[in-house]
Amino acid sequence: MPETTTATEGAGTVDALSLVPKAEAKQSMKDFKSDQEVRWCPGCGDYAILAAVQGFMPELGLARENIVFVSGIGCSSRFPYYMNTYGMHSIHGRAPAIATGLATSRRDLSVWVVTGDGDALSIGGNHLIHALRRNVNLKILLFNNRIYGLTKGQYSPTSEIGKITKSTPMGSLDAPFNPVSLALGAEASFVARTIDSDRKHLTEVLRAAARHPGTALIEIYQNCNIFNDGAFDVLKDKQQAEEAVIRLEHGRPIRFGRDGSRGVVRDPLTGDLRVVTVTPENEADVLVHDAHAASPTTAFALSRLADPDTLHHTPIGVFRSVERPVYDTQMADQLDTAIEQKGKGDLAALLAGGDTWTVVG
Amino acid sequence: MTSQVSSPTEQTGGAAVGEQRRAAGTKDVRRLDRVVIRFAGDSGDGMQLTGDRFTSETASFGNDLSTLPNFPAEIRAPAGTLPGVSSFQLHFADHDILTPGDRPNVLVAMNPAALKANLGDLPRGAEIIVNTDEFGKRALQKVGYAANPLEDGSLDGYRVHPVPLTTLTVEALKDFELTRKEAERSKNMFALGLLSWMYHRPTEGTEAFLRKKFARRPQIAEANIAAFRAGWNFGETTEDFAVSYEIAPAAKAFPPGTYRNISGNLALAYGLIAASHQADLPLFLGSYPITPASDILHELSRHKNFGVRTFQAEDEIAGIGAALGAAFGGSLAVTTTSGPGIALKSETIGLAVSLELPLLVVDIQRGGPSTGLPTKTEQADLLQAMYGRNGEAPVPVVAPRTPADCFDAALEAARIALTYRTPVMLLSDGYLANGSEPWRIPDLDELPDLRVRFAQGPNHTLDDGTEVFWPYKRDPETLARPWAVPGTPGLEHRIGGIEKQDGSGNISYDPENHDFMVRTRQAKVDGIEVPDVEVDDPSGEARLLVLGWGSTYGPITAAVRRLRTAGEQVAQAHLRHLNPFPRNLGAVLKRYPKVVIPEMNLGQLATLIRAKYLIDAQSLTQVRGLPFKAEQLATALKEAIDA
Repeated sequence: MPETTTATEGAGTVDALSLVPKAEAKQSMKDFKSDQEVRWCPGCGDYAILAAVQGFMPELGLARENIVFVSGIGCSSRFPYYMNTYGMHSIHGRAPAIATGLATSRRDLSVWVVTGDGDALSIGGNHLIHALRRNVNLKILLFNNRIYGLTKGQYSPTSEIGKITKSTPMGSLDAPFNPVSLALGAEASFVARTIDSDRKHLTEVLRAAARHPGTALIEIYQNCNIFNDGAFDVLKDKQQAEEAVIRLEHGRPIRFGRDGSRGVVRDPLTGDLRVVTVTPENEADVLVHDAHAASPTTAFALSRLADPDTLHHTPIGVFRSVERPVYDTQMADQLDTAIEQKGKGDLAALLAGGDTWTVVG
Repeated sequence: MTSQVSSPTEQTGGAAVGEQRRAAGTKDVRRLDRVVIRFAGDSGDGMQLTGDRFTSETASFGNDLSTLPNFPAEIRAPAGTLPGVSSFQLHFADHDILTPGDRPNVLVAMNPAALKANLGDLPRGAEIIVNTDEFGKRALQKVGYAANPLEDGSLDGYRVHPVPLTTLTVEALKDFELTRKEAERSKNMFALGLLSWMYHRPTEGTEAFLRKKFARRPQIAEANIAAFRAGWNFGETTEDFAVSYEIAPAAKAFPPGTYRNISGNLALAYGLIAASHQADLPLFLGSYPITPASDILHELSRHKNFGVRTFQAEDEIAGIGAALGAAFGGSLAVTTTSGPGIALKSETIGLAVSLELPLLVVDIQRGGPSTGLPTKTEQADLLQAMYGRNGEAPVPVVAPRTPADCFDAALEAARIALTYRTPVMLLSDGYLANGSEPWRIPDLDELPDLRVRFAQGPNHTLDDGTEVFWPYKRDPETLARPWAVPGTPGLEHRIGGIEKQDGSGNISYDPENHDFMVRTRQAKVDGIEVPDVEVDDPSGEARLLVLGWGSTYGPITAAVRRLRTAGEQVAQAHLRHLNPFPRNLGAVLKRYPKVVIPEMNLGQLATLIRAKYLIDAQSLTQVRGLPFKAEQLATALKEAIDA
């Protein structure tokens, strides 16, 4: 694979972090490690994600006190305890709602949500889709291990159909969510997918998300080595990954496989996408990835390429990164406009408004 | 009791009654000390607007007043049916009054359904103004009238004024370029004009209101004004209305000051803005629309120039979630809802208890359970407010007693939340929310100072001498923990719903620590400073104490006045603080051999009182979706005295 910067070039000029104070001194990864003992199971994919986030944070150069991690419930949601920033470990599924209140009332903060597939897509599904459509300045890290870990191994809303678990001894019946498809359907302005063990790629995606104005959803495939071990091995094994993983890079032809022998083309009849072996004849037809496309149609089609059972043809990288109005900016603008139009609020005048009469003693 | 003379007043003494004089015109003018009017019609007839306008005219005239809007949950219930009847009752007087009145002296019935639904509430001799145009055969059949009640003698005990309101309105508007249907819509303004003449109401306010309301459609504004004036002139000229009435301003009832009329929800919204001002913190409202609380969301949304952020969330849970997030960030955070919404917010209230962050949870109670009676009043969320959470999760509870009192109650709830770093439940109800009364506008320097101090630096020294910040190290007096907002350097900390180690706030599963933390959170709420409850016992010889809370204040006080006028000894106390109870409450209760607790539920305060103080309090309950009537309460209390 060629060295790239993934889709870090933002679609717009507004930086999500422009109002967040900068750190006075240079920071290192150590500055972002809290004094708390990390209590995930040994071998859990969460360790790699934590290390990647702690390692990435110094490069943003933000005042540590202006960074907040908010989480829900589940294994991944212990994350804030391990970050030496402000943090809140809240209740199941509600982190996007809580973070929305914080981000809209405090635009000087960089607010991150850490959630899992159960937390974000099952009990908190409503809050997730509404955060995405509003485009609040939040960065949502969705750790997807396709299983319930903290409750010890029931199937999750991303588990494959037929999953045998304690609660589904004859196999699960429900069709899984595809988090990227769901986010695109919910009008998300930034959607990406990455893998816990690929620190470089994970960091690149974090970098792009951090500066994105609005809500960013990052699905991180994360291994639960206790209850769903190896769920993403096909994407991690060097040999298999060549055929299984499609690395999306903005402005580049979507090619993968040994020496880029495979490519994604659009079927001229249906408009759908399919994988072909690249030949000199069809090379020009290979789709060039445009993360900034106004329409989410192609991004959605890309999100449907992977085989849900084998995970073959799984795209990773930034599916979509477009600029559209940011909720908290607009909310602040309305407050400014109200002051321009009516003047700064005068409490005495407000209380005495309406029809009044005076009683003289 | 006959209509249009002063019935037993709510205050002892009563005013001059029945004095008659001849006006400059040809008609009698009779002076009354109080009147109860009910406007009733289809839910599309504009009865709420009519009532609101009459109320504004009455307020600006200087009467004391109390109102009771009563409307169906359906936006436009089937026309002409009993369930579709919407009404607005107004009680106004030349002295201080406490309730919207038990029984209307005057009913304005815009159709047969309105007559049928309300007739039972009228005393014999009451005046009934009916819109005869709507009394056709089909309309009568729709509500089960076999014969026309205007003709069959069934209304002989009342003074009926048959008025073809629709015809007269259409006739009055014939010079306007309006369809018949458009012209008919102004019939409520005709009725308002007629009643305004009958009771000598000032009219400038209504005309100005109509011009403003229809500023973009001046033709409609002028048509409504024309209908309003036609109604006035109709009263002035027609022989059917031989008498008009004067109710003098209630000058003596009010302490000096500037007054306005205010509803409970408006007062509550203003109280929140005032609290934000007094705390010098930005106000953040996270809310999901629900009857009868939505007006607070609407009102606060209009005041962004006060730095008020209103967030209409995707659901009740997100409403309180966003508010809690804003509280973490240093806002004065509020969520507003009604009973079903509280049920959904319970888990987040528990989180707020655990996080120990200030948060106002406003519950405008309505009839339950489940969807219940969305537009009607009830007080049945008290135990939900007290106990409706998992684990030991104590929450202070504050309840306003009158519409205007919602302003002060909001400030008080904010004081407790900010001082003690806790969610606070503010329990209003549908009757307070939509009812209105005169309010003396306070000077800003009368308002409490609610300023808080955020944590600024380390508050603890470790054994090795390191200065650290401990998020759960408490103020020894209030037991409140420090409020350290993101953006404060050096105070980075993590909080959550998992049990925390006392002091450090780190996760702790230690049995002793959990026991300590549970007891400490309870002790914090138990230790909240609240004023003593005042007892009104003029003779000091009463053997029966009536104890109330919330919106029953008006009816209870009116009933107590009646009993005292009749020579009975009765003591009264009313609770604003339901958790914690005032320190002196136990001693007060034990002074009286009999304690009666009227509530619009099945005895929830009585349950709390009996459990805490081991006294044999009697419960007096009703759950009809309507406030108590003073007369009915007085009768029940008399029975309790005599028992």
